[in-house]
Amino acid sequence: MDALPSWLTAHRLTALVGHSGTGKTEVAVNMVFALAAAGVKTALADLDVVNPYFRSRERRDRFEQMGIRFVASSQAMVDADVPALPAELNTLLQDESLRSILDIGGDSGARVLSRFRHQIAGQDHQMLFVLNARRPQVATAEAAEWNIRRIGQIMGLPIDGIVNNTHLCGETTTADILLGASLAEEVSRRTGIPVVCHTAARALAGSLPELAAPIFPIDIYMKKPWER
Amino acid sequence: MASWKGVVITVAKELWKGNEAIAEAAVRAGCKCFFGYPITPQNEIPEYMSMRLPQVGGVFVQSESELAAINMVYGAAASGVRAMTSSSSPGVSLKQEGISAMCSGELPGVVVNMMRGGPGLGTIQPSQCDYFQATRGGGNGDYRTIVLAPCDIQEAVDMTQEAFDLADLYRTPVVILGDGMIGQMMEPIEWHDIPKRELPPKDWTASGRKGRAHSNFVTSLRIDAQDCEDFNRALEAKYKTIAEKETRWAEKDAEGCDILLVAYGTPSRIALSAVEELEVKGIKAGLFRPQTVWPFPSARLAQLAAQPGLKAILVVEMSLGQMLEDVQLAVQGAKPVRFYGRVGGMVPSVEEIAEEAEKILQEVR
Repeated sequence: MDALPSWLTAHRLTALVGHSGTGKTEVAVNMVFALAAAGVKTALADLDVVNPYFRSRERRDRFEQMGIRFVASSQAMVDADVPALPAELNTLLQDESLRSILDIGGDSGARVLSRFRHQIAGQDHQMLFVLNARRPQVATAEAAEWNIRRIGQIMGLPIDGIVNNTHLCGETTTADILLGASLAEEVSRRTGIPVVCHTAARALAGSLPELAAPIFPIDIYMKKPWER
Repeated sequence: MASWKGVVITVAKELWKGNEAIAEAAVRAGCKCFFGYPITPQNEIPEYMSMRLPQVGGVFVQSESELAAINMVYGAAASGVRAMTSSSSPGVSLKQEGISAMCSGELPGVVVNMMRGGPGLGTIQPSQCDYFQATRGGGNGDYRTIVLAPCDIQEAVDMTQEAFDLADLYRTPVVILGDGMIGQMMEPIEWHDIPKRELPPKDWTASGRKGRAHSNFVTSLRIDAQDCEDFNRALEAKYKTIAEKETRWAEKDAEGCDILLVAYGTPSRIALSAVEELEVKGIKAGLFRPQTVWPFPSARLAQLAAQPGLKAILVVEMSLGQMLEDVQLAVQGAKPVRFYGRVGGMVPSVEEIAEEAEKILQEVR
């Protein structure tokens, strides 16, 4: 088992935000699996009220096997596009024995979180901005910075760290991750927000050069039906 | 939906969500008007258009209903503007009257259907249960629409751009038939130019006389029976030309196989993985994938079915068996045609398809 990196364990609550389709759910699922595998009492909240498909709830059985507490929006009706939040979310926000990851919908999905901003602000927390340099809407430092500020404004909470999650699904190369690393570092210089990690599919993680922030090797769980 | 300074940035290979990519492709193809009403799983199309069209001098209207949207497309198209609408299954049902009217008015336009499970309101999960509606015409009259069926985001982008040319060339509505998965998934794409077509001048539009002695009149009403028959014959000739020139399909190991899988859209990718799994087991399997479902690639499929070594054909759909009928019509009983389908928003798995193929091969031997 890998030792847990400090960015993963430093705060009790972590909320993942970012432009839609940057890979927040994949990062969130990998974070809870890494924490649970290390014996940490972990919870995941799928609070995406924007996206109807490719949701972490599709992995619910696996979470249960690993003892991960899982709450999702519209829990009773997993296939309904009803933007309802579960009352159980309060447990994750308040139970200080739980290390919780909140997976928030892209863009305006951050609005969901703003309702809870006072509760979150009162807790040991971090807001992580998930960045993918291959998403054209955040592919420049200016655009990414604009996005960070906008999401911060919507949530009413500042962003504390940047996760470079640059990928092109199955076509990702180390060059893509390095492109994302340089974008993330430039965004960091402009905003003063640190880069907390660079994600890389496990097969690519070993081929990456040393970067200022740690590499977080991930497994791909959110697969399409034809992917092996 | 918003973007920095309202600028859409282009990088070499980009990661796009299907619905957004289709919307951007339409803008790049010169679409200037979008009319639609929200429904999952296609909401990112109107959302993106509401942000993007004003940047290019276009018009976005969230109409009061799907019926209103398709009639706004009729109006915009009649004035010569490239226009589109999008919806999902129950919403597309509401557009059928307008599509029939557009065929009768010989109006170009693009209609996207991101199919979800039905009937009725059904579910928001992906489906292919509107094949009959798209290929047979859900509205009244002897009409056809070109129906393009992408299997990935790159193809959806390319087909959307081409759809506007096809619509203008043949003065007909073109349907992009995607299952919800196409709209919702993320995939890498590249923007490239689509082959340019020689398009006729739009001298038929109701957009002012422009020095002509007469006013153009766009209508779907032909009271005189002989007139109406003549018009139907002209449509028949047009549809024959489209069938001759625009039929498209893709194949993988379709020649020399023992079992041929036939699928379109995202199930074709699951079927392709099943073909690869079967080949690992030493089973000769192939895939035939219609890219246009109207016109349906019947002639090529008949040719493949006639191969002496071929033992059976397996049609895979996210429906109870709709394209199946086109396959049966093409094959004309030359080989056993079997079916595997999942419905109601359920997606078939690679294992289910591979197992079904093996079972069929044992049965027909």
